[in-house]
Amino acid sequence: MRESSYKVLPGPEGYLPPAAATMGVMLPDPGQAIMEGESVDRDTALRAAALKLIEARNPVFFPGPLILWDWKPGVAEKATALKELAEAVGAKMIPMPDYRPKYPMINPAIEVNPNHPNLTIWHNKIDVCLFIGVHCHYANLALKIIRGGTDCYTIAVCAEAGHEEAMISLRDAGLCELQRLRELVIELKGGKNQ
Amino acid sequence: MKTGMLKISPGFEEIMPPEYRELVDNGPYGKDYGIGDLGSYKELLEEHPLCAGCGLALSLRLTLASLPMPEDTVIVGSTGCSALAFPQVALHNIHSLFGNQNAVASGLKRALKLRFPEKEKDVVVIAGDGATADIGLDMVMQSWLRREKITTIMLDNEAYANTGGQESGMSMQGAVLNMAPTGKKFPKLSLPEIAHTCGCAYVAAASPAKPKQLAKVVRRAILVAREIGPTYVQLYSPCPTNYKFNPKETVSLIKQREKDGLYQSKEYISQEAQAFLESIEVKK
Repeated sequence: MRESSYKVLPGPEGYLPPAAATMGVMLPDPGQAIMEGESVDRDTALRAAALKLIEARNPVFFPGPLILWDWKPGVAEKATALKELAEAVGAKMIPMPDYRPKYPMINPAIEVNPNHPNLTIWHNKIDVCLFIGVHCHYANLALKIIRGGTDCYTIAVCAEAGHEEAMISLRDAGLCELQRLRELVIELKGGKNQ
Repeated sequence: MKTGMLKISPGFEEIMPPEYRELVDNGPYGKDYGIGDLGSYKELLEEHPLCAGCGLALSLRLTLASLPMPEDTVIVGSTGCSALAFPQVALHNIHSLFGNQNAVASGLKRALKLRFPEKEKDVVVIAGDGATADIGLDMVMQSWLRREKITTIMLDNEAYANTGGQESGMSMQGAVLNMAPTGKKFPKLSLPEIAHTCGCAYVAAASPAKPKQLAKVVRRAILVAREIGPTYVQLYSPCPTNYKFNPKETVSLIKQREKDGLYQSKEYISQEAQAFLESIEVKK
């Protein structure tokens, strides 16, 4: 994987931040992850994500349609694991049930939308968010908007190839990664949730 | 749509916005609802940014309530007032480039047939008169000539209504609009007749002033398109903003136009479609 000097960091980077891919940030290879634009091994990224989540003032999970709706075998187990992870972190969950723009009817207190995720982040004063179960093209769109307009730290738990727009992105993440992340959160908190 | 798409994953029921819980618990998916059931279930479109008294909004509401199988329907829309409402509709819908809607719908219908050969999927184009009769007329007619099994529904407000009020091919001769101050110089296009000539198996013109008739023609058009070939429905949906009438008079204006002979409901049914409709309507 080619290394880029460009860092994918919390913004606000400006109205139209460059797509990280155009700045040379590459998706991680299998078994790897990316952290702020650099390739790292999966365990390093998991530990960093756990630390960011427990250090956050207001960590929020944004579960998308692929995990909110029980549409195929295995989803319910992942949903349960995600809920347990949120409880371990002490994070609120704000859903992204579908991708209808719904402007101007979006209620940022109770939902997030890929077309204006900044509204939900501003409204709820979120400093760390975690994307999971959002179709990749919408996740990339939302992550880029967040980087452009907010100072929120973004973590993407992706079941596919990962997201270069996120500050920390796992790839091929499933039930095992959620469970591992929960273990790390509990470990870093000093085992309080065990 | 997979039925699982209508089931919330365990543990997420409480965080889902109420709108979604209502759609799951009391939506029209998988149920044989019609316009007679309006008010008793969670509708597919409840909030929208269209103007007060918009005839198009009324037509759209009745059309969505008349879909025979909403859970397996994909709407293809185009630029225009209706495109402002579609982001709120709780159905699969695709926004196409202005005028391109019937080309997109043709490809979509063929792809769905390949992907789900055992399953009926209704592809319904819902677009305005500008997209259907002017900018997209080529794509619309070509889809009919190719006998694509799709339904085309035109929401006819007789103007380009969200760009300041320009005349369209569907405006009446003499119509004066903000951007057509001297009046339109040529007559309204007779698209139902063109559709009939192009081989549509079922063609109808209706309006929201007669909701039962509107529901019947929409349902017939979709069922015929599923089995036989292209169908076309034209819904007269007057625009109070550009034609400058009182928003509460939308329905009475349609009735007056009908009384004056300036609008008439129509139905052209091919022999094959007639036989098919008789077989299913008798069964029912």
